[in-house]
Amino acid sequence: MTKKQRKLVQLTACAALLCGVVPVAGAMHIMEGFLPPSMCILWGVIALPFLLAGYFSLRKTVARDRRAVTLIAMAGAFIFVISSLKIPSVTGSCSHMTGTGLGAILFGPSAVSILGVIVLLFQAILLAHGGLTTLGANIFSMAVAGPFIAFGIYRLCLRCKVNKKVSVFLAAALGDLMTYCVTSVQLAVAYPSATGGVFGSVLEFLGVFAPTQLPLAVLEGVLTVMIMMALEAYAQPELRAVGFEEAGV
Amino acid sequence: MTKKDRALMVVLLLLCVVLIVTPVLALRGAEFGGSDDAGSEKVAEITGEDYEPWATPVFEQLLGGDLPGELESLLFCVQTGVGVGVIAFFLGRFVERKKQETARGTQKEQ
Repeated sequence: MTKKQRKLVQLTACAALLCGVVPVAGAMHIMEGFLPPSMCILWGVIALPFLLAGYFSLRKTVARDRRAVTLIAMAGAFIFVISSLKIPSVTGSCSHMTGTGLGAILFGPSAVSILGVIVLLFQAILLAHGGLTTLGANIFSMAVAGPFIAFGIYRLCLRCKVNKKVSVFLAAALGDLMTYCVTSVQLAVAYPSATGGVFGSVLEFLGVFAPTQLPLAVLEGVLTVMIMMALEAYAQPELRAVGFEEAGV
Repeated sequence: MTKKDRALMVVLLLLCVVLIVTPVLALRGAEFGGSDDAGSEKVAEITGEDYEPWATPVFEQLLGGDLPGELESLLFCVQTGVGVGVIAFFLGRFVERKKQETARGTQKEQ
C-alpha cells in the first residue's frame, strides 16, 4: 500500500469509528428492507474501509505477479459456487455456505471482501437474496468478519504447528460459522428482545442459525481442504506467485 | 498428487455426500425452507408483530411481483455454472500443464 492509499483506508476507518460502534465481527444475508435505515448506513460505513483495503491489497498482489489473477478468479468462483448451493441441514431447514475461507487463506482477509461483494451484489439484485439496503451489513458479516476469523485461525494453527490440512479445515469451517454468528448479532442489535435486551436477542437468533449452520460449516471445511489439495498438487507456480508457503497441504 | 492424497480425496467426497444426504433421510417430511426465512420469522416473534420490510428487492420492483420460482432456480444455476466453469477451466489447464512438465522432465533424463 502506498502512503496515499493507507491514508484513504485510515480516513474511512476513522469515519467508521466515529459512528460509535466497535465492529463486533461478520454477518450474512439479511433480507432486503429488514434492517432500519440507520443500521444499513452504519454497517455500510463500517464495511467501507475493509473494501478499500481489499481493493488495494488485490491490486498489489496482481502487480507483484500477474499469475495471481488465475487464483483470484478461482477463489471468486469458489465463493460463487459454494454460496449458490442451498444445502439441507439437521434442523430441517436449508442454508448455504460462504466459501470465503479459501480466498482468505490464499490472499489474506481484506482481499476477499472484494470477491464477496461481487457475489452479494449478484444475489441481491437478481435473486432477491440479501438486499441492496442490507448490503453493508451482509458485506461485513460474509466478506469481512468471516474471512478475518478464517485467516486468523489459519495463521494461529500454522504457528502451533497444526497439520496444514487440519488448519485449512478449521479456518474455513469456523469462518463460515462466524459469518452466521455476526448476522445474529447484527439482527439482535436491530431487534433487541423486550425481555432479554440485545443479548437475549442474540441467543434467539443464534438458536435459529447456529444448529443449521454447524453441519454446513463442516461441509465447507471439507470442500475447502479438497480444493486446496488440488491447488497444491497442480498449481505450485501460482501459489508461489501469491506468496503462499510451499510443500504439501 | 500422491496415492495417499487421492485416497483422502475420495474419503472427503464421500463424507460430503453423507453430510448432505443424512439430514434429508433422517428428517423425512421436513420442509427444508431457507434459514434466512426462519430468521425473519424470529424478527416477527421478537418484535411481536409482522415486520413490514421498508424496501423491496430491485428486481421484484421491476417485475412488479415475486420472481417466479423456476426463474429463481435458473439464476441460481447460472451462479453455480459460472463458478464451476471458471474453476474447472483453470484446474484443467493446471493439470495438463503439470502432465506436460513431468513428461518433458523424464524426456530430458533419458
